[in-house]
Amino acid sequence: MKNLVEVKNIKKNYGKNEAVKGISFKIKEDEIIGLLGPNGSGKTTTIGMLLGLLKPTSGEILINGQKLEGNRIEILEQINFISPYIELPKKLTVKQNLTVYGKLYKINHINERIEFLSEKLRLEDLLNSITGELSSGQKNRVSLAKALINEPKVLLLDEPTASLDPEVGDFVRSFLEDYKKEKKISILLASHNMNEVTRLCKSILMMKDGIIIDEGNPKELINKHGRKNLEEVFLKLSRSKNELN
Amino acid sequence: MYGLFLRHFYLITRSFPRVLDLVYWPTIQITLWGFISNFFATHTTYYNNAVGVILTCAILYDFLFRTSIGFNMLFLEEIWSRNFTNLFIAPMKIGEILTSLVATALIRALIGLIPAVLLTSPLFGISILDLGIFLFFLFLSLYLFGITLGILVSAGLLRYGPSFENIAWSTMFLLAPFGCIYYPIEILPEVFQKIAYVLPLVYIFEEARNILINQTVDIQNIYYAFMWNGVYFVLSIALFYYSFNVAKNKGTLINMGE
Repeated sequence: MKNLVEVKNIKKNYGKNEAVKGISFKIKEDEIIGLLGPNGSGKTTTIGMLLGLLKPTSGEILINGQKLEGNRIEILEQINFISPYIELPKKLTVKQNLTVYGKLYKINHINERIEFLSEKLRLEDLLNSITGELSSGQKNRVSLAKALINEPKVLLLDEPTASLDPEVGDFVRSFLEDYKKEKKISILLASHNMNEVTRLCKSILMMKDGIIIDEGNPKELINKHGRKNLEEVFLKLSRSKNELN
Repeated sequence: MYGLFLRHFYLITRSFPRVLDLVYWPTIQITLWGFISNFFATHTTYYNNAVGVILTCAILYDFLFRTSIGFNMLFLEEIWSRNFTNLFIAPMKIGEILTSLVATALIRALIGLIPAVLLTSPLFGISILDLGIFLFFLFLSLYLFGITLGILVSAGLLRYGPSFENIAWSTMFLLAPFGCIYYPIEILPEVFQKIAYVLPLVYIFEEARNILINQTVDIQNIYYAFMWNGVYFVLSIALFYYSFNVAKNKGTLINMGE
């Protein structure tokens, strides 16, 4: 399997504060990697660097074999992002929003793409609704449609099911699993929902204080740390001193 | 009651832009209207033969105001709607973002301007079209300066984040006294005149009054307006690119979405 994401020893300093202290990882195609860690561990900074919103102090990021530095536009055409902290313009209808982003991502057959995504994400009846008037579950599915409008090879998800009811959360997780399998894309999932991470992720990167303190398959990590579930592993590692395994 | 007072007191004392905002508006208003009053008190006959000069200058100034604020609004809308990050992770070059905002700001300004121009004739018997073909150059010059201010403020928003918003609203008013919109430059103190001469506004409004009152055209005014516009426009673009790079280093682009 080809590596769609390669992160090589990236660091990010904000003045004297070292937010990310030299991390490396790879994500293969058709793979979901979980990025876990307590608040302030450097997850958002890492995602920001992968999106080209933040310039690493040092290190290198390759997306689909291309260096991010110097190829920002070409790479942004191949990736997309969802976060509960980011919304689409509230006054526009769902279809208008998707059309705008279809244009921004230079999609050739926008209407067909919107039709395909709205069918997959159960948005057909919402296309003419005002985005700001939707429920959080509906908004989440619209954001997901926006994130898939450019058929990204790499999808970055920051808390994709936060504040969703269990049914919608389950729908989104199933959709992501199927979509990943079908399109062979890479997904980096930052989440505090350990059940979600256990279900979706083949491998996990556990971050704390700007470094990856442990990594591996969810089951392996549970066994290795002698805990019942991933949440307990998370608590153990979050409360421990930083020690590379 | 005291708790509610404290809530706002803490907010004001912790934010320099808010303190500046409190001091800024009264100062600017007093300065601007002070110069206007001073002018009318000493030059009572200046506008006698040119009814509508003030109204024409007001329309021109409003066009500048609409263009600049319109540009800022487009940028602020993305921040308020928490769509900012989505925009900056789309595969758009900075130049493409600026170009689309510049074009949209023009359309917004024209939507506001056209009714105002049409209303002045039936209501006051005045037509801004009296400025003739040179009206186009004056509008173009104002548009360029409005866009330039918009780009400068957007660069500040990129660099400093949403707290720069108050500055976005006040740039036009800061420049109003120096722009000599309703009075000739001679009314300003010498120090202010020096500042005014390096702004395109003074040449634009001077020329508008010149055409309407003296019925003559001074090409030099139009030339200087465009020259200074060119200088500030290039500087604003450079500053926007610089701010984008600073924002990428400081992480402002990420925090803007939260």
